[in-house]
Amino acid sequence: MTIIKSQLDTRSDEFRANAAAMRALVDDLREKTAQAALGGPAGHRRRHAERGKLLARERIDALLDPGTPFLELSPLAAWGMYGNEVAAGGILTGIGRVHGVECMIVANDATVKGGSYFPITVKKHLRAQEIAAQNRLPCIYLVDSGGANLPRQDEVFPDRDHFGRIFYNQANLSAARIPQIGVVMGSCTAGGAYVPAMSDEAVIVRNQGTIFLGGPPLVKAATGEVVSAEELGGGDVHTRISGVADHFAEDDRHALRICRDIVANLNWRKEVSLDLAAPEEPLYDAEEIYGAVPTDTRKPLEVREVLARIVDGSRLDEFKARYGTTLVTGFARIHGYPVGIVANNGILFGESALKGAHFVQLCAQRGIPLLFVQNITGFMVGRKYENQGIAKDGAKMVTAVACARVPKFTLIIGSSHGAGNYGMCGRAYGPRLLWTWPNSRVSVMGGEQAANVLAQIRRDALEAQGKEWPAAEEEAFKAPIRAQYETQGHPYYATARLWDDGIVDPAQSRRVLALSISAALNAPIEPTPFGVFRM
Amino acid sequence: MFSKILIANRGEIACRVIRTARRLGIRCVAVHSEADAGARHVRLADEAVLIGGAEARDSYLDSGRILEAARKTGAEAVHPGYGFLAENAAFAEACAAAGIAFIGPPPAAIRAMGSKSAAKELMARAGVPLLPGYHGESQEPGFLEREAGRIGYPVLIKASAGGGGKGMRIVGRAADFAEALASCQREALSSFGDARVLVEKYLERPRHVEIQVFADSLGNCVHLFERDCSVQRRHQKVLEEAPAPGMTAERRAAMGRAAVEAARAVGYVGAGTVEFIVGQDGGFHFMEMNTRLQVEHPVTEMVTGLDLVEWQLRVAAGEPLPLAQEQLALRGHALEARIYAEDPERGFLPSTGRLVHLAMPTESPNLRIDSGVEEGDEITPYYDPMIAKLIVWDGDEGNARERALARMRQALAQFRVVGVASNVDFLSRLVACPAFANADLDTGLIERERAFLFPQDHEAPREAFLAAALAELFGEEEAARAAAARHGDPHSPWHLRDGWRLNGSHRRELLFRHGDDERAVVAACARDGYELDFGGSVARARGERLGHGMLRIELDGLSLPVAVIAAGEKRHVFLHGRAWHLVRVDPLRHAGEGGGEEGGLLAPMPGKVIALLAAPGSEVDKGRPLLILEAMKMEHTIAAPARGRVKAFRFGIGDPVAEGAELVDFEPIG
Repeated sequence: MTIIKSQLDTRSDEFRANAAAMRALVDDLREKTAQAALGGPAGHRRRHAERGKLLARERIDALLDPGTPFLELSPLAAWGMYGNEVAAGGILTGIGRVHGVECMIVANDATVKGGSYFPITVKKHLRAQEIAAQNRLPCIYLVDSGGANLPRQDEVFPDRDHFGRIFYNQANLSAARIPQIGVVMGSCTAGGAYVPAMSDEAVIVRNQGTIFLGGPPLVKAATGEVVSAEELGGGDVHTRISGVADHFAEDDRHALRICRDIVANLNWRKEVSLDLAAPEEPLYDAEEIYGAVPTDTRKPLEVREVLARIVDGSRLDEFKARYGTTLVTGFARIHGYPVGIVANNGILFGESALKGAHFVQLCAQRGIPLLFVQNITGFMVGRKYENQGIAKDGAKMVTAVACARVPKFTLIIGSSHGAGNYGMCGRAYGPRLLWTWPNSRVSVMGGEQAANVLAQIRRDALEAQGKEWPAAEEEAFKAPIRAQYETQGHPYYATARLWDDGIVDPAQSRRVLALSISAALNAPIEPTPFGVFRM
Repeated sequence: MFSKILIANRGEIACRVIRTARRLGIRCVAVHSEADAGARHVRLADEAVLIGGAEARDSYLDSGRILEAARKTGAEAVHPGYGFLAENAAFAEACAAAGIAFIGPPPAAIRAMGSKSAAKELMARAGVPLLPGYHGESQEPGFLEREAGRIGYPVLIKASAGGGGKGMRIVGRAADFAEALASCQREALSSFGDARVLVEKYLERPRHVEIQVFADSLGNCVHLFERDCSVQRRHQKVLEEAPAPGMTAERRAAMGRAAVEAARAVGYVGAGTVEFIVGQDGGFHFMEMNTRLQVEHPVTEMVTGLDLVEWQLRVAAGEPLPLAQEQLALRGHALEARIYAEDPERGFLPSTGRLVHLAMPTESPNLRIDSGVEEGDEITPYYDPMIAKLIVWDGDEGNARERALARMRQALAQFRVVGVASNVDFLSRLVACPAFANADLDTGLIERERAFLFPQDHEAPREAFLAAALAELFGEEEAARAAAARHGDPHSPWHLRDGWRLNGSHRRELLFRHGDDERAVVAACARDGYELDFGGSVARARGERLGHGMLRIELDGLSLPVAVIAAGEKRHVFLHGRAWHLVRVDPLRHAGEGGGEEGGLLAPMPGKVIALLAAPGSEVDKGRPLLILEAMKMEHTIAAPARGRVKAFRFGIGDPVAEGAELVDFEPIG
């Protein structure tokens, strides 16, 4: 295989300036992640601990095989939303190992607004179930939630992808033989009661967990009956009388141990059909990626320098290296797993799109997972290209990407605009996991282009009326458009709304991708039926 | 010389005899009980014969079966070792009758020395000095109590047929005499089949010094100098040494002469030991003669450079003694420590179980190990719970004892036992004890030095916790690698144990308990190792497992040799020459586990009920003996923990009981 020879001059001023800029972004990312990781306000956390309960994050750490990785999803969900009071969206989700089985873990954080479901909470819960469904990961729900956020009922209750979808998913995941395990470590009221009830096996913690359709205040209002929460739906009631739960735990830790035992009894065996190899570290230091990414997005980013710091042994066997050169395609390994890489190295032309479509077909045919490395401002425009049918070529690539059933992963390392986002497996194209870098920008087009396009339309309109448009006014017109695109295209804005699965420190890309690929291999790789390619 | 012998014994002494026989080109037949089917002596022997059940009386004490095995295998001689049939005259006679040589003294000599009372009369006639006492035939309790009064308290009651510390009671006052006598007689009967006892003056601060003698069938008799076996507990030897500290050439010669006289008086042949009790003034009194090879014979071998088993074989084959008295010389200083499966903290209670881990120092000209077990072997309740004898020697003139002591300390530091309790730490403290180091010896040394030997400050050092944590982490890494190899996705990054987190870091708590003290080591992965936080002090740690429990660890750049052995939830940390027994606390433990203690009385170890001392339904005071349990050949009295009523006994006489079994339904009153 061919080794990528790095051309980076790690002692150049440019490299240093780039690295410093990226390091600042990474530091900011780590700081914000740490802040969100705290959960609710200190007082809430203290009271939670005083009741003998573990924090959501502590529960996950205790549940996992000791010392193993945890691939947390969307840790910055709801960042900057709802008055920035719903840390991580009030729910923690992620992939981690329990008894050697990669599981999807969903844990309510009761210190955040009582663990109630905001719109983003629902979205994050559903996304976790979607990942579990696509990758066949057993689901563990650590439940401690007051249910739907009542003031926002219109945004969390009625629609298809709202609260009810959680239980719909549980039923269908179970039907697909993906185990559903509920651990009731706090309230499970009203709709929330269905999380344990819809689970294949459920654990409940004595004196902490409660499950009921209507809590004591509702019961009193409805029928006048006065009853305590424990008598109404405590652990003893549900494991001894009602059978709503199966296992009675003394405390959080005991419940987690029972949960681990349940996983140990799943009879779960991961079979991988790929041609595996022993992992090999890249030849170059991953942190050098910092210096490879220009601070100015208009300067080209040599994507091979990035790949050289992600793939095994920095080896990449390029496909069609001499054709459609603005798209780099090739075979490599990440942590021993074979992958087909499709990476932008400039704007997309018709040839690049054809090359991409061909390569995606190859990978689908061979059952090789695909990694899309996005840094794309869009397809080439202009008469020549339209007349050559670039739309047709782009459509071929989009068809190939949309239909490919092999596991797809997307890493956005820079721009992600327009139809480039589609052809390079953006969120709408169902990558198993989608990660971004802290310098990335996702929007229909770049802020500058958008401002220019809108200004051009406006100028045309003004000129048609015979009016002049002074430069200062044009600038005043464009500035807010640029600002809007900058805000909405920013990765924090994107990740808060779950347009991705999380922002990644570029130096950690290899690990994140390796964990992602490995988790995805819990599902068999299926053959792909392609749609009609417009020829 | 014989070409094939049978060894009518087990454990270390059987292995010891095989070692010499093998060197001399003699084939060895081992005999074994069902419990010893895979024992080391069986593995070492050329042939092995199963002779019966686990109980000694069904196997190692069954002379008929042993002789049958000898006949069947064509063995020309039988080596009895020590214990079992070694001092059984009838067995020696049976051997002779079967035409098989008995590697030991003539039956008459065994018999003459077998009864302590008769032996003392014989010695008195031969002019060997004795302690005042009653060694007569009368066993009437009243009479014996009067004799005790005549001799003057404190007195010692001893089984006439006894030996090895069993069947002995010290009585300080007349009021305690009757109960002590009854108990001693009971033990004598069960251990030796003979309830007779003798009573003699109990000497204050005495030393135990014994002389090794050797006689051949041609009338030659020599002594191989002395051994000081003063360091004892419950009349069992713990440390033995040669020469005896403070011994003068004159006294050695006098004691040697007396010992040779004693041997000649009974027509002795073979290896024997004449035991003297020695006052602090140096005066010596004959106690008894052991007509066999002693457990502690290696110290004599080390200081004389001889092989006593070889001498035994030559003498039994009719050859003359290889050396005459004037050719024998004493060189250097030797020490022996007996390593037992027993718990010094619980009154030296014998401990049984599998030797999950056994590491011993490497043998050299200065260090010898006689052992009958290997790692993985079982210490059963049927026999003596000895694990090994550790013998060191140093020839440095002038301070040979000091050097030998240093060697012993070092050797003990390398001795690791897991699976059963052991006295290794106790022995380490004993050899470090100033009284022992200064040779201020007497048989009460252990009792007197309790404060030093059983220190109360038991707080384990930081390094012990850090080492335990590292062993845990390395162990997990290793287990993860092994699991990965069996996994359908063997190279998955999910197998890694570096606690990776997205844009963050991970710290985990490893909890250990030492006594009632629960401590946490907080571990975070670092480049090339871990960062370990123990009570706020952070160490950079790295290292690796070296195998057999050994770890190479480096704490803040300082290398530390340490061994950590995991057995169940226990973590035995061997560090700086002593062991710390920590318990790994499962982070997912919960309060609901572990039973509470009820009002019953529990068996401290597996054994057999031999006496019920209170009537069911009766009210008893605190401390009143309720039941006697025989376990590991010792009697254990179970007494009332408080004033109360005995509701019922859960076992009858002769019933076997398991460790921890509830013996009595007892109801405290008031």
